[in-house]
Order: sequence, then structure tokens, then C-alpha cells
Amino acid sequence: MPNITFILPDGKEQGCTARDGLSLMEVALQNAVPGIIAECNGSAACATCHIVVDDALAPMLDPISEHESDMLDFTAAPRAPGSRLSCQIKVDGRVDGATIRIPAEV
Amino acid sequence: MIKKIVIVGAGQAGLAAAAKLRQEGFQGSVTMLGDENAMPYQRPPLSKAYLLGKIEAERLSFRNNDFFHQQNIGISQNESALEIDRAAKDVVTAHGRHGYDQLILATGAGAIKLPASMAGGIGNIFYLRNKADADRLRPILREGARLLVVGGGYIGLEVAAAARQAGAEVTLVEMAPRILNRVAAEPTASYFRRLHSSQGVDIREGIGLAGLKPDGAAIMATLADGSKLTIDAVVVGIGVRPNAAIAEAAGLATDGGIVVDEFGRTSDASIWAAGDCASFSYQGERTRIESVPHAIDQAEHVARNILGAELPYRPRPWFWSDQYSIKLQIAGFNRGYDRATVSQGAAEGSMTVSYFQEERLIAVDCLNDARSFMLAKRQLGL
Repeated sequence: MPNITFILPDGKEQGCTARDGLSLMEVALQNAVPGIIAECNGSAACATCHIVVDDALAPMLDPISEHESDMLDFTAAPRAPGSRLSCQIKVDGRVDGATIRIPAEV
Repeated sequence: MIKKIVIVGAGQAGLAAAAKLRQEGFQGSVTMLGDENAMPYQRPPLSKAYLLGKIEAERLSFRNNDFFHQQNIGISQNESALEIDRAAKDVVTAHGRHGYDQLILATGAGAIKLPASMAGGIGNIFYLRNKADADRLRPILREGARLLVVGGGYIGLEVAAAARQAGAEVTLVEMAPRILNRVAAEPTASYFRRLHSSQGVDIREGIGLAGLKPDGAAIMATLADGSKLTIDAVVVGIGVRPNAAIAEAAGLATDGGIVVDEFGRTSDASIWAAGDCASFSYQGERTRIESVPHAIDQAEHVARNILGAELPYRPRPWFWSDQYSIKLQIAGFNRGYDRATVSQGAAEGSMTVSYFQEERLIAVDCLNDARSFMLAKRQLGL
């Protein structure tokens, strides 16, 4: 099972083991990772599961849909180059060992 | 000193309250009483991805079981609260009594049923409120099954969409002059009418269900206009009623919902309510809001207020629905609108309906138009 490290808004790290097939949002919620609210339960309707992935991982992930991109333009923490909605990223080998940052709201 | 907090209800609001109590450092006991055979789970997918078999049951859970151990949150399944003994400060269940210092009612709402005179003796009548309902309905939604959906609100429309995607033949009847009559303006209703018609749903508006009769293994449905349909199953989505009976029996103020003040407190200072079941004052009217974000927000306010925050709750109403490939996002509360305008979005098929009251924007329905939704949400301060 892939291992994922979340970097929390306060800079602390939280490691999680993730089951293939879940979304990164679900992994975060199940492990009570702070900063991932996911009000819409993964429907890409709320933009409260905003994460930032690093430069190495970003191009390996499935591309951002127009809908996700529109949502990311209005997240509480400003959009960064690696910004994604974690509900739209499936856990598989690509995210094994990844470091996922949860941006702090300004 | 608060030592024991009991939460009646293990849904979205109940879980949000429990988690917030711990997050805020409450060290006493937290006990959630749930009346279902399940750990707390998400309801919205029940009428969408879960109904279509796209996600398995395990993925409905909010938290893994470790969470409840780690947070020391007691959770009891299959334990319905039967009575609140306010004098003794006990919640009474079939298994005994749970003493509380502070009590949170997060009892949710239940589906309004067809009258017994209509439903009596008929099998295959379905409601969709909890996981057990979805589990019963799922095998019915298959290629060629003939389904009657009663009610053209969001639940009825979502079920119709899922049923069509599963290959069932779907007729939807709405007693009111049009679908979404209570919750949306005509342009939004038209959008969904066209969408469902293009997907092969037979939508009949202004026509109620008059009767049901067994017809061999099938059901004969008679509509108010006298027309008859032979169907295999009926799904009823005609609204919900807040679960307030236990509060009412305990003598708490109720008005359909459980009446709470701006802090989420009921007419008993030791008892609080949040989510679908709670009725509160909003825009000068008694209001209940049935939505996930509201359930979370109000429950978190209640948790903090129990611990002394005195934080008034102001709802940030927003909602969503998924049907076929269309995502509806609603920001604001359109109650009392006097004008609705339509604008087309940038992408094909995207549209936004804006609701105004005295020239002031109060709500939007955004159809595949995330940008307009997020802009409006910001503009409305949500």
C-alpha cells in the first residue's frame, strides 16, 4: 500500500498508509488530517480539499479537468503551480512516497 | 464541569460535533448513539455514485475505526434513543440509560412515506434516506426494469438519473405544476427537464400518483389523470420530515423541527440540536436547512458553544447535485426571490440562474459552471 506524507498547514508532518483506489481526500479524511474538510464528500463541488503536490509528482498525475481548474481558481488558500483537489486524485503507485502539502489559508 | 456529552444520531452532524469536541480539547466522555447498523457514513453518494455501484460501502465511511479509538469517541450502533428523561438527564434506549451533562440531538430527518391507503399490500416501494434503503434499491435498478419515481425534487431526479444510467425505464411524476417547484426557478427546472428527457426519462408534471395495485409480480400505478402504468418498483422522493418526536415528547420546543437559538441551544439549556433536525431563525424566518455543509457547520458551532464559546451560528448555505454528467452547484438561499435571470457560461451546456430580491443577489444555481458558483459564493460571503 502506498505511503504518503502530508505536510500540515502548521508545517508538521503526518504519514499515512493509503489503500489503492481511494482518493487522496479520502485518505486524508480517514486519517483525520487537519486542513482537509471535504464538505462535498468528493464531488469536486466545494474546493475544501485543496492540496499542493510537488513538481516531480504533478506531471505524473491525471490532468486537471476544466471544472477542477475553475474550482482551484477560488480556493481559500491561493492556487499554486502544484495545486489540486485531493478528491480528484486516485491512490496508486504514482503517489507512493509522495509528499503532499496542505496549504494554509491566508 | 461537563463530564459526559451524549450525541443522539451518528450522521454528518453527530460526527462533526464529536470530532470538534475532541479537537477543542474536551476530555470528558463523548458517546454517539446511532440507530443504524453502520459506522458514520456519507449520505450524498447514496443517490449518486453508491446507487450506481461506482463506490463500495467501505468508501462511504467518514473515518476509519482507529479514529474513534484514538479520539476516544464512544459509538453505539443499532441503538435508537427512545426517550429523553430531562429530570434525570438520561437518554433512554432499549439497552439502558445514558446519562449526560450536555446532550446534542443530531437526529436528522426521515423520508415522508406514501399514505398507508396507497402503499398497503404493495412490495417494492422504496425510499432513499439511508444506506439500507440504497442497498435494497440497488439490485432493482437494472437493464429493462420499469421504475416509477414519485416526486420531482433533487432526490427524485438523482434517482431517475442513476436508474437510467443502470438501464432502467423511468417515469417520473410530479404533483406540482413542475419539477423542482419548491426549490428552483423555472429555468433550472427546464434545464433538468430537457436533460432527463434527452436521457429517456418520461417526465410528467402536474400529475400526482392516484393509486397502486398489485399486478402479478408487478405493480399497476394509476396517475391522477387516469393513465395507468405497469411498473416493477416505485421510488418515492416527496420530501423529508425532521426527526423531532423524541424532543417533542420530552417537552422541548418544536415547530416541525427542534427549535434552537442562534447558539444551537434548545429550550432546555443542557440540550442542543444541529443539522437537518434543527429549526433556527434565519432571515427573520424559522428555517431548516438540509445540506452537508450546514450540518457540519452548525454541529461544530454547537460543540464549541457547549464548551463556552458563545458563538452565534450564521449559515453559509450551499448545495450540490450530480445528474448524468451535469454538476449543479447552488450558492445561497433563494427563499423570497422576486426575479431570476439566466446567463450562459463559457462552456457548452453551462448555465447559471441568479436569484435576486429587490435587486440584491441572494442565490445562484450553477449548472456545469464552477467559475460562476465560486464567484457568487465569494460575492455572497459564503
